[in-house]
Amino acid sequence: MPCREHRLLRLRVKGLAQDNGLKTMTFQALAQIVVSGLLMGLIYALIAAGLSLIFGLMDVVNFAHGEFLMMAMYAMFGLVLALAVDPVLLMPIVAGLMFALGAIVYLGVVRHAMRAKVNAGMVQVFATFGLAIVLRGLAQLFFTPDFRSIPNTWLGGKTLNLGGIFLPWPQLFGGAVSIAAFVGLYLLISRTDFGRALAATREDAGAVALVGIDRNKVFTIGWGLGAGLVGLAGSVMAIFFYIHPDVGGPFALTAYVTVALGGFGSIFGALAAGVIIGLIEAITATILPTEMKSLGIYAAYLAVVFVRPRGLFGNI
Amino acid sequence: MLIWGTATVLEVQSITTTYQGLIAISDVSIDVKQGEIVVVAGANGAGKSTLLKSISGMERPKSGSVSFEGSRIDGVAGHDITARGIAYVPENRRLFPRLSVRDNLMLGSYLHRKKADRDAPLQQVFELFPRLAERLDQRAETLSGGEQQMLAISRALMTRPKLLMLDEPSQGIMPKLVDEIFRAIVTIRALGLTILLVEQRLIESLEIADRAFILQTGRVVLAGTADEVGANPDIRRAYLGM
Ligand SMILES: Nc1ncnc2c1ncn2[C@@H]1O[C@H](COP(=O)(O)OP(=O)(O)O)[C@@H](O)[C@H]1O
Ligand SMILES: [Mg+2]
Repeated sequence: MPCREHRLLRLRVKGLAQDNGLKTMTFQALAQIVVSGLLMGLIYALIAAGLSLIFGLMDVVNFAHGEFLMMAMYAMFGLVLALAVDPVLLMPIVAGLMFALGAIVYLGVVRHAMRAKVNAGMVQVFATFGLAIVLRGLAQLFFTPDFRSIPNTWLGGKTLNLGGIFLPWPQLFGGAVSIAAFVGLYLLISRTDFGRALAATREDAGAVALVGIDRNKVFTIGWGLGAGLVGLAGSVMAIFFYIHPDVGGPFALTAYVTVALGGFGSIFGALAAGVIIGLIEAITATILPTEMKSLGIYAAYLAVVFVRPRGLFGNI
Repeated sequence: MLIWGTATVLEVQSITTTYQGLIAISDVSIDVKQGEIVVVAGANGAGKSTLLKSISGMERPKSGSVSFEGSRIDGVAGHDITARGIAYVPENRRLFPRLSVRDNLMLGSYLHRKKADRDAPLQQVFELFPRLAERLDQRAETLSGGEQQMLAISRALMTRPKLLMLDEPSQGIMPKLVDEIFRAIVTIRALGLTILLVEQRLIESLEIADRAFILQTGRVVLAGTADEVGANPDIRRAYLGM
C-alpha cells in the first residue's frame, strides 16, 4: 500500500507545521482530529436521532429533516435578533417551537399521506419531499438566500486549550447537549409510560388501541420529539455555522447515512453511527483534500451495507 | 347461573359489516347481560371475528348499532372503547412480540396511573396464570402458544374491563392448556366481569356459558340458553355427530 506511507507523512507534516517536537506533535495532531471528529459526530448523532425515532416509530422517512434543521437555525437567528438573549438560553424555546412544527407536520401532512390507498410509500416520500421544497422556498422568500450568522454570542469563536488541543466551545457545548439529549431519550423510553407506549406502537401500531393507547397521539408526539431533537441540533449549529436556506441539505444527507449505518430505527445505533461518522470525516478531511471529506463516510456506509445490510445495531 | 333481570351490558342491534363491499355479517343482533358468559359459535368464516371487530371498533359496521352500558359505541375509536371498559383479545392475540412479558402487562394498565389500579389486576393475573409470573423478563414472542394466549388475556384484564371479549382462545393450543384457559374464564367471571366468548369448540363452551348464539354465513341462526342450544337437534347433529 504505497499511499499509506504518503498519508502518514502528511499527518506528520500537519503536526510539524503546528509545533516542533515530532513525536508529541503527531500525538497532538491525532488527538485534535479524534476529539474534533467526536464532537462533530455527537452533533451528527443528535441530528439523526429524530430521523431515526420517526422512522422506527412508523416506517416513514422524513425527507424534510434537513429543512427542519434549517428552520431551527432561522428560529434561533430570529429569536436572538428579537430578544437580544444568548442562544444558549433560547434553546428550550427553539426546541419547543420545533416540537410544535413536527406535530403540525404530522397532523397536517403525514397523517393524511399515510391514509393513501394506492402506493402509500411513494405518497409519503413525495409528501415530505414536497414539504422540504416548500420550506426551502419559504426560507428564500422571507429570509433571502443570504448567509447569516449570529454575532457576539457567549460561546461563538471561543476555544478551550486542553494541553495544546484546541476545542471550540460551541462544539463542546453541542457535544454536551447531544449526550444530555440521548440520556433524556433513554430515560423517556425506558422509564416512562409514554416510552412504553412508543415501544408498543413501534411493534404494532394496529394493536395499541387494545390497551387504550391512541396511536395518532403517539405519532403526533413522536413527530414532535423528532423535530424537537433536530431543533436542539439547529440551536447549537446556529452558534457556529452560517445560516441559509440550503444549509440543511448536506447535514440531512449525513443524517440518512447515519440512520442507515446505525440500523434503521435504532436510536442508540444512530448515536454510535454519528460518532463513527464524525471520526471518519475528521480523518478523511486530514488525509484527503477537504472537498473529498465525505468520501470516507460513504465508503464506510457502503462497506456496512454490503457486509451487514441492517446496519450496525439494526434488529430487523 | 343466569341472574334474571340484570342489566344488559352490551346490545348489538342488527349490524351489517362489509369488507370492500362484501358482506361478512348481516343483520346480526346479540345482547350480553351483566355477569354472563355468552358464547358465539359457528363454522370457519361464519363471521364470529367480524362481530367482535365491529364491537371493539376495529371495523365499523355499515348499519345497525352497538350500545355499551346504554350508550352508542359504534363509530367510537378503538382506544376509547377500551377506555370505556371493553377489553378485546383478538384471534391472533396481537401481543407486542419483542417487548417483555412485564412490558406487555404494564401496557395493559396504560390507562391507569394509580399504583393500586395497576397492582390489583396484576395480582389477579398472577393468581390466574402463575406461570406468567415466572416469565416476566422473557420476550412475549418466546412464550408457547398457550402462554401467549394467557398473556393476551392477562393484558386485557390489566385494562380493568367490565366486558371481556375473547376470540377463539383455544385455537392452536395444547389440550391441557385449553382446559386451563376455560377454567380461567369461569374464574374471571367470578371476579365480576362479563364475558363474550367466540369459539369453534361449542361443546366445551356450552359447559361454561349461560347463553349461546350460533352464526352461520354471517347471520344468527340460533339463540338461546346454553341448555336450549345444546339440546337443539340441528346442533347435536352438526357438533356432536348425533
Ligand atoms: N380483512 C378481511 N378482508 C376481507 N374479507 C374478510 C376479512 N376478514 C374476514 N373476511 C371475510 O368475512 C367473512 C367472515 O370472516 P370472519 O369474521 O373472520 O369469520 P370467523 O371468525 O367466524 O371465522 C369470511 O367470509 C371472511 O373471508
Ligand atoms: Mg375468526
